[in-house]
Amino acid sequence: MEANFERTMDNILSHYEGDRDELINILQEVQEHFRYLPEDSLRRVAEFLKITVNEVYAVATFYALFRLKPCGNKIVRVCRGTACHVRGGADILHTLEKRLGVKPGETTKDMEYTLERVACVGACALAPNIIIDKDTIGLVDSKKLEEVFGDWKRP
Amino acid sequence: MTTVTIDGEQVTVQDNATIIEAAKTINVDIPHLCHFKGLSPSGSCGICIVEIEGERGVSRYCIRQVQEGMKIHTNTQKLRATRKVLVELLMSNHPQGCFTCERNQSCELLDLSSELGIKEIRFDKNAPNEAMDTSSPSIIRDPNKCVLCGRCIRICSEIQSVGVIDLVRRGPELRVSTFMEKGLGNVECINCGQCIHVCPVAAIKEKSSISDVWAAIDAPDKIVVVQEAPAVRVALGEELGLPVGTLVTGKMHAALKKLGFDVVFDTNFSADLTIMEEGTELVSRVKNGGVLPMFTSCCPGWIKFAEHFYPELIPHLSTCKSPQQMFGALAKTYYPKQAGIDPSKIVSVSIMPCTAKKYEAQRPEMHSSGYRDVDYVLTTREIARMIREAGIDFAALQDEPAENLMGAYTGAATIFGATGGVMEAALRTAYKVITGQELANIDILPVRGLKGIRAATIDVGNLKVNVAVAHGLANARQLMEEVKAGKSPYHFIEVMACPGGCVGGGGQPLGFDLSVRSQRGDCLYSEDKALTFRKSHENSAVQKLYKDYLVEPLGEKSHHLLHTEYTPRSEHSLEGMSNLEKFYVQEDDTHGS
Repeated sequence: MEANFERTMDNILSHYEGDRDELINILQEVQEHFRYLPEDSLRRVAEFLKITVNEVYAVATFYALFRLKPCGNKIVRVCRGTACHVRGGADILHTLEKRLGVKPGETTKDMEYTLERVACVGACALAPNIIIDKDTIGLVDSKKLEEVFGDWKRP
Repeated sequence: MTTVTIDGEQVTVQDNATIIEAAKTINVDIPHLCHFKGLSPSGSCGICIVEIEGERGVSRYCIRQVQEGMKIHTNTQKLRATRKVLVELLMSNHPQGCFTCERNQSCELLDLSSELGIKEIRFDKNAPNEAMDTSSPSIIRDPNKCVLCGRCIRICSEIQSVGVIDLVRRGPELRVSTFMEKGLGNVECINCGQCIHVCPVAAIKEKSSISDVWAAIDAPDKIVVVQEAPAVRVALGEELGLPVGTLVTGKMHAALKKLGFDVVFDTNFSADLTIMEEGTELVSRVKNGGVLPMFTSCCPGWIKFAEHFYPELIPHLSTCKSPQQMFGALAKTYYPKQAGIDPSKIVSVSIMPCTAKKYEAQRPEMHSSGYRDVDYVLTTREIARMIREAGIDFAALQDEPAENLMGAYTGAATIFGATGGVMEAALRTAYKVITGQELANIDILPVRGLKGIRAATIDVGNLKVNVAVAHGLANARQLMEEVKAGKSPYHFIEVMACPGGCVGGGGQPLGFDLSVRSQRGDCLYSEDKALTFRKSHENSAVQKLYKDYLVEPLGEKSHHLLHTEYTPRSEHSLEGMSNLEKFYVQEDDTHGS
C-alpha cells in the first residue's frame, strides 16, 4: 500500500512542472485516483510545489469538489434542485438516509455507499433524480430504489 | 511620479504607490483593520474604502494603486455610513464579552467602533461558539473572537517563513486554522508568538500560567525561585505605563519580592554562564575541526524551526541549553545544595519576553535536575498583570538587587536581549579563551543593528572569525540554505526567531514596530555600557559556580546539566520554500551608535 501510494503520487506528479498554479489540477487528479485526498497526498503535493501543507489544505477545503475523508465504493447523490423538490426529492433523500443509515456527507460502515446532496443536475424532465457515480437515474420512486439498493444489507 | 487629488489636495507620489501611502503624505489615515505596516496588503476587511470620481462603487485604499489624475474622496456621507455597516457586521458575530476580555484595553475592534461613532449594532447578534485551540503549550487561539483579518497568517509566512496557519473552508465556514485542523501544538508552529503582536483582538494569546504561579506563591511549604530574562527589564516598565526604553532592573527585582517570590535571581547570571559554555564550545569546534558553522541555541523558537525544517543541520546547533534552562537545572541542584534546602520544595519560575519559552520548559529533555527544571514561565505581559493585580505602584518602587549567588551579571549577559547580543557576548569571551588576552574594544558594532542579516569578520589573534547574525526566521532561512548548499563562509551564526531579538519576543508589550523594539535594544546596550564588568568570564558568581560545583566549562557536570540534544521533527521539510511570498523588507541599519 505504502509503495503503491508513492508510485501513484510519483506517477501523477510526473505530468507537472512544479508551479503553484498547478495545485488544483493536481488535487483533481489525486482525487480521481484515491477517490479522496489522503493526508499524505497533501504533504506530497506541498513538497512538490514548494508551498506549505497548510496552503494546500486551504485550497482543498475551499472547493466543495474536494473531499478529505475516504468515500464509499459508490457515491449516491440526491438531487435537491427545485424540479426534483416538487416531485418528492426530499422524501427520496429521507428514504435513502433511513435505508443506508447515514446522513448526507457520511459513508456506510462497509464503505459501500457515500450519500450526498446536490443542487441540480440539469435533468429536470426526469425529476426526481439520483446520481450514482456517473449514472443518472431518473423518475425515481420507491420501486426503483428497491431495485438499486434491494440486495444491499446494512452492516 | 504620479499626481492625484485626495480630498481636494494635490499629492505627488511614486508610481505604483497605494492610496494609503499617498494619503499618509497629507496626514489622512482612514480607519482600517486588516492592513498592517510591515506586512503585505490584503484588502480583506473592506473598511478602508474610498470613492474615486468617475468610478462606480468604492475602492479599498490599502491595495488600490494611484493612477495619474485620480480624484479620491476619503470622507463622504456614503463612506462613513458604509464603514459603520461593515464594522457593525463584524461586531454582530463577535462575542460581546468585552468586560472580561483581556484585550479590552488594546482592542482594535473596540477602537474602530469608537472612531466610527457606532452607537448600536443593527444586526442580529450571532457569535459563534467553537472550541478554542489549546493544543499548544504556548499559544491559545480563540476562533470565536477571530475577525478573519489574516494578519497572523501573513506574519507567520512572510516574516517567519513558517506558514502554519491559513484561511480554510469558505463562506460562513471560513476560519483561520492549521493543516487538517490539527491545532498549533501538532503542526510546525514554533511558538514565537509574533501572531499575538498583530492580532487586533483577543483571538490569539499566550497560554497563561498566572494562576499556577499565584498558587505556588500562596503555598506555605514551597520555595518559589524566580529568574528574569534580559529583555524583560527594558519592557516591563513600558507595559506598566513608563516610556518605551525605560530600564527597570531594580524595580523589577523589587516588584517580584513584593509579589511574594521567595528568592529573586536573574537569568542574566545564566546568560553569562551560557557564554562560558558556548564560547568554549565554539573554540573547541574551531580548534578540533568540529562541525561549523555553529549556530546559537538560546532561542527555543529557532530551535524548533531548525528541528522541523532543517533536521539534517542539527549537528550545527550548539549543544548549550538556553539561559532559562541552564538556570532551571541549577535552581534545583546547585542552589539547594548551597542553601541547604530540599530541592523538591522548590518551584522554579521564569519571567520571559517569549511564548516559546513556555514550550521549551515543557520539553521532555528539560529534567536534568531530576525534577522539571523550570516549572512555570510567565511572559512580560503576564508578570505586569500580576503586578497590577497586586496593586503595586511600580513606578514608585525603590531599586533592589537580585540575590548574588545566581543573580550577578555582566554587560555581556544583558545584551542577550537584542539581536546580535549573544554573538557580541560570545566574541568578547572567545577572544580571551583563544588569545589569553582581553579584547580591547569590546563594542562590536558590526553585529548590532536591525538589518535582517549582518555579517562581520573579527580578528581573534591570528584567527579570522567569520560571523553572521539573523533575526526573523525568513532571514535565518537564507543562512540555512547557504549552509545546506555547503557555501556558508561563517564559523558562528546567531539566530533569534523574533525580529529585533528577544526585545521583540511574543511575550513583550503588544505591537510590531521595529523602532520600538530597537529602542528597547538600545536600552540594553546602554545598561551594558554602564556596568563595570562587561565580559561573561569576569562574572564572579559564575567563577564561584565553576569553583564550587561545575569544575570547568564543557566538563562532566556541565555536560549533564547545561547541555542538551535535539530531535529531528520533519515530516516534510519545506525545502527552498521558493514559492513562499517574501515581503519582509530588510530594515536599514538604524542603530544609533
